Amino acid sequence: MIEIKNIKKSFGNKTVLKGIDSVFFDGKCNLIIGASGSGKTVLIKCMVGLFQPDNGEVLYAGKNFFDISNVQKKNIRKEIGMLFQGSALFDSLTVEQNVMFPLEMFTNDKYSIKRKRVNEVLARVNIVDANKKYPAEISGGMKKRVALARAIVLNPKYLFCDEPNSGLDPQTSLVIDKLIREITTEFNITTVINTHDMNSVMEIGDNILYVFQGEKEWEGTNKDIILSKNEKLNDFIFASAFLKDAKTMRTIQETGVIPEGIKEELRDSIEENLNIDLDKDGFIGKN
Amino acid sequence: MKIIKEFGQFIKMFNGMFRTPENRKMYWKQFMLQCNDIGIGSLGIITIISVFIGAVSTLQTAYQLVSPIIPKTTIAQIVRDSVILEFAPTLSCIVLAGVVGSKIASELGNMRVSEQIDALEIMGINTKAYLILPKILAGLIMIPLLIIVSMVLGIWGGRLAGNLSGIIDASIFDKGVLMDFLPYNVIFALTKSFVFAFLITAIPAFYGYYVKGGALEIGKASTRAVVVACVLLLLADYVLSFLML
Ligand SMILES: Nc1ncnc2c1ncn2[C@@H]1O[C@H](COP(=O)(O)OP(=O)(O)O)[C@@H](O)[C@H]1O
Ligand SMILES: [Mg+2]
Repeated sequence: MIEIKNIKKSFGNKTVLKGIDSVFFDGKCNLIIGASGSGKTVLIKCMVGLFQPDNGEVLYAGKNFFDISNVQKKNIRKEIGMLFQGSALFDSLTVEQNVMFPLEMFTNDKYSIKRKRVNEVLARVNIVDANKKYPAEISGGMKKRVALARAIVLNPKYLFCDEPNSGLDPQTSLVIDKLIREITTEFNITTVINTHDMNSVMEIGDNILYVFQGEKEWEGTNKDIILSKNEKLNDFIFASAFLKDAKTMRTIQETGVIPEGIKEELRDSIEENLNIDLDKDGFIGKN
Repeated sequence: MKIIKEFGQFIKMFNGMFRTPENRKMYWKQFMLQCNDIGIGSLGIITIISVFIGAVSTLQTAYQLVSPIIPKTTIAQIVRDSVILEFAPTLSCIVLAGVVGSKIASELGNMRVSEQIDALEIMGINTKAYLILPKILAGLIMIPLLIIVSMVLGIWGGRLAGNLSGIIDASIFDKGVLMDFLPYNVIFALTKSFVFAFLITAIPAFYGYYVKGGALEIGKASTRAVVVACVLLLLADYVLSFLML
């Protein structure tokens, strides 16, 4: 479990994070969502210590990362895997060497054992026959998967993913999401994922933190999110009219209560957008 | 003003660079890789410029010394001294600042921008110690060696040109080269090359390691690194000549 308390961070006179508290659970996909520029990457980099927050605590199993000795920090770092937005594979190393790098640095295992482990994790992320290729020779989706393999090769307790889906098509995104989810439950990892991809939110959002302009605006699960009344959250999630209407429909179905104004202004829009008929009380009629 | 601020940051770069390696074998591998990159990688260009510089200085010295009173061996002496004192260390290092310096700056800059440095940090690796220090150490060892090669090839180039053009016989040239030879000059040249080696590696490493932005900034940082390294190199050349000669 990771707990963050009152994290603040400014660059010059620009305040990016305005005091964020949250908890990230073991064996769960913990999502940090928000618009571009809302401070997600900065928050995640504060959590792993790539940025020093101006204020606040990041507690790994109860120990504040910024309050411990360098040796202890290094030990926590060894339990952290991170998947970067641009994959961050080492250009000069092959796929296999990239994944083997943490093993070479931090274990004294024999080459054959390291190689076996590398092939194991590469198979886990469905990469075969690419061991000798360089990062420049593989696709974006493959790079992400290789980077994921490198992040988990030392069996981390904590996995951080910065926009694992950015730049990928919806299907490849789903593959990556599913992989992360499986690995998270399989090894009981505390996974923290930055995203603004709604597919991921619905697919893997066990625990969601919505950041709006550097502040915690909302917290909950992917089930709560649909029914949430938070205006800013709704604006973010249901960015299109279509999705807004779908959300209204869903709310009506779940609660049986018709929101104010639905009958008049939104009725036509809903019928048109979702291609359904509403009866006079606002419920879905027989189409 | 900017340069003063940069100087402060440059000094700070060394803070935390000298730590026990996480894994000696990997650091050694990295060091050998850099030695190979800097040493073997620059051997070709150093060979070419040294031979030509030596050749040209024989021709020009002969052109300037037309008096029949001056013995021909003097040409060889002048070529020898100017190659050892200035051409081999300074000119070669200016070229190396371009070749090695821009490579170091753009390599580190690319690693910074594409978050490869962050990825190493996350693993718990001291990136200053792992990425910068081996480059500086490799430079301090390989660049003086390259300069020695450059001296030998420069003098040989002078001998060859003298011979080919019929200006001075190889045997007379050899006699001149050995005449009144001051070993101190070589010591001076090697001292210079150590200082230059540090400038050529540490300054580009600094500009590359702290790049912010994208591909455009990497280009800018690498240009700035080469310019600053060259200017400081010439300044150091002057100061060392003043102090040591
Ligand atoms: N190293 C930095 N220096 C200055 N400003 C930064 C830095 N990193 C991020 N920012 C600023 O912080 C804000 C949030 O950025 P970021 O966390 O990357 O957003 P996102 O939610 O898209 O990941 C942006 O306005 C960005 O300009
Ligand atoms: Mg981001």
